[in-house]
Amino acid sequence: MTTTHDAPAALDLGSMTRAQAEDFLYREARLLDDWDLDGWLTLWAPGATRYVVPCNDDPDGDPATDLVLIDDDELRMRLRVERLNSRKAHREYPHSRTSHQVSNVMLDRVENSGGEPELPVSAEFTVWRFRNGRATYYVGRYYYRLVAAGGELRIRAKRSVLAMTELRPAGDLAILL
Amino acid sequence: VTLVRSAPPAAVISLIDEDPGCHRFRVHRDTMTSPEILRQEIERVFHRCWLYVGHESEVPQPGDYVRRPVAGRPLFMVRGAKSGQVHVFHNTCTHRGAVVCRQKSGNAKVFQCFYHAWTFDSEGNLAGVPDRDAYAEGIDFAALALRPVARMESYRGFVFASFDPAIVDLETYLAGAKEYLDLVIDSADGKMEVVKGTNEYCIGANWKLLAENSIDGYHAVSTHDTYFKYLVALGTDLKGGVRGTARDLGNGHAVLEYAAPWGRPIAKWEPLFGEAARDEIAGLRQALVDKHGEQRASRMADTNRNMLIFPNLVVNDIMSVTVRTFMPSAPDRMDVTAWEIAPRDELGQLRQRRLDSFLTFLGPAGFATPDDIEALESCQQGFASGGVEWNDISRGMGRAPEANDEEQMRVFWRRWQQQMGDAAYREIS
Repeated sequence: MTTTHDAPAALDLGSMTRAQAEDFLYREARLLDDWDLDGWLTLWAPGATRYVVPCNDDPDGDPATDLVLIDDDELRMRLRVERLNSRKAHREYPHSRTSHQVSNVMLDRVENSGGEPELPVSAEFTVWRFRNGRATYYVGRYYYRLVAAGGELRIRAKRSVLAMTELRPAGDLAILL
Repeated sequence: VTLVRSAPPAAVISLIDEDPGCHRFRVHRDTMTSPEILRQEIERVFHRCWLYVGHESEVPQPGDYVRRPVAGRPLFMVRGAKSGQVHVFHNTCTHRGAVVCRQKSGNAKVFQCFYHAWTFDSEGNLAGVPDRDAYAEGIDFAALALRPVARMESYRGFVFASFDPAIVDLETYLAGAKEYLDLVIDSADGKMEVVKGTNEYCIGANWKLLAENSIDGYHAVSTHDTYFKYLVALGTDLKGGVRGTARDLGNGHAVLEYAAPWGRPIAKWEPLFGEAARDEIAGLRQALVDKHGEQRASRMADTNRNMLIFPNLVVNDIMSVTVRTFMPSAPDRMDVTAWEIAPRDELGQLRQRRLDSFLTFLGPAGFATPDDIEALESCQQGFASGGVEWNDISRGMGRAPEANDEEQMRVFWRRWQQQMGDAAYREIS
């Protein structure tokens, strides 16, 4: 990232390189693996945001009409983080050790349809989760809508689509993908 | 465990120990850990009961089909193109065995086995055999139709199968559970559909722990603190509490019925539904009152129901409605499949609230179910510790059962004991 707080206009989504996008996604992965979920929340753009994980058998699932695994707006995402930070999210107390691995990053053309320029970025993910002597995994593809907010790259929306045909190999999805 | 094959001699004890004098009910932990018990359960429980297959709304059009594992067997449910009837077939070619329905769901005129191209129509008839001339006179191709499950019946859209040809009819089997299915179905004016998107997850615990957990009011406050905090953060007033009762519905089925402190899309408004939904919900409620009278309407709208239909079907009508089934793959492992069922033609914003409620509470990525999974796996780990032989399920024995008592679990276990017969004993060590 070459942007600074002094020059908020410097971030131009149209001239973003893959390396810059990768840096951002790696930073997100690191925050998740470090369980710095409050830090993770700061990567999201202010205002309306959406974090969605569809059901395994309905990868194109629309949260407005279909059952999905996760459909968090800004508030629910914050409450999810609050829950995971507490000692009463029993499935994640103590926390799993995780390794969020991001690859095959591809940038699409900036879109202006919603009034705010958005950069679609997709990437493959493999998330390993280790807890209680058990190893589980989540494999799939991220679809991001990245925006420039206050001169910084931020997430407007993120959709994590699982490639596994069922959630069974992973058991549940108490962690963030 | 050494199981007893005939009349138990003196040196055995029942795995279910009920002592009404002491108001004590205990279940031996071998029931949760023994591979031999699981083997017997497959034969004596899963092969001798009615098991849920799916909902008719999943196959609305002629030729629509869904694959379903039932009791670990690959089956498929299809609506016949000619008859319009729902069939449940064993998913195996009558020729040499390959599965004939190879997609998870879809619509098909015929099911062709790719191995030798034998073709079956959606009624199961064998419609095509390549080089039929090679078979001599006398072979009965009609007898080589797809094999339906021994018994299949539907109760108001809920399709069940049994591998036991001699089992009682479904309505007799459902007994008191029918009334509770009716409450759910009638509250949707008889028209329900399974919502797209399936929760197919896994729990590293004995399947009976989920049977218990699905109808366990006692654990809610202690286990689900973070979920209740979430509801309160969204403006739900939980002060009304969850007072209610447990009922034995016969044949091992049981239900908890209790006041809903949270909103219900049918038909109890609360702040998290948003002001815009207030009128819609009031309208739905009025329609229920007009049709069913104040008392039944209030029961539909204001109370929750957690129901277990023996052995492995849960229909929980809470802040949304789930249909959940689960099957052991090992003594300490089960596969869970859960669907959301909702009124067809539901208004968009109410459907949205219903979906939200489902995924935040019932879903395996929500604010509650992961903690149930943790609790069940934790029990299973605890069993391995040994030292303690029995689970205690005595709560509420000395009184009329309340919703946070354990009578509903005792109902399940008594039926389990009946089904298992002489396999529900162990020798005294």
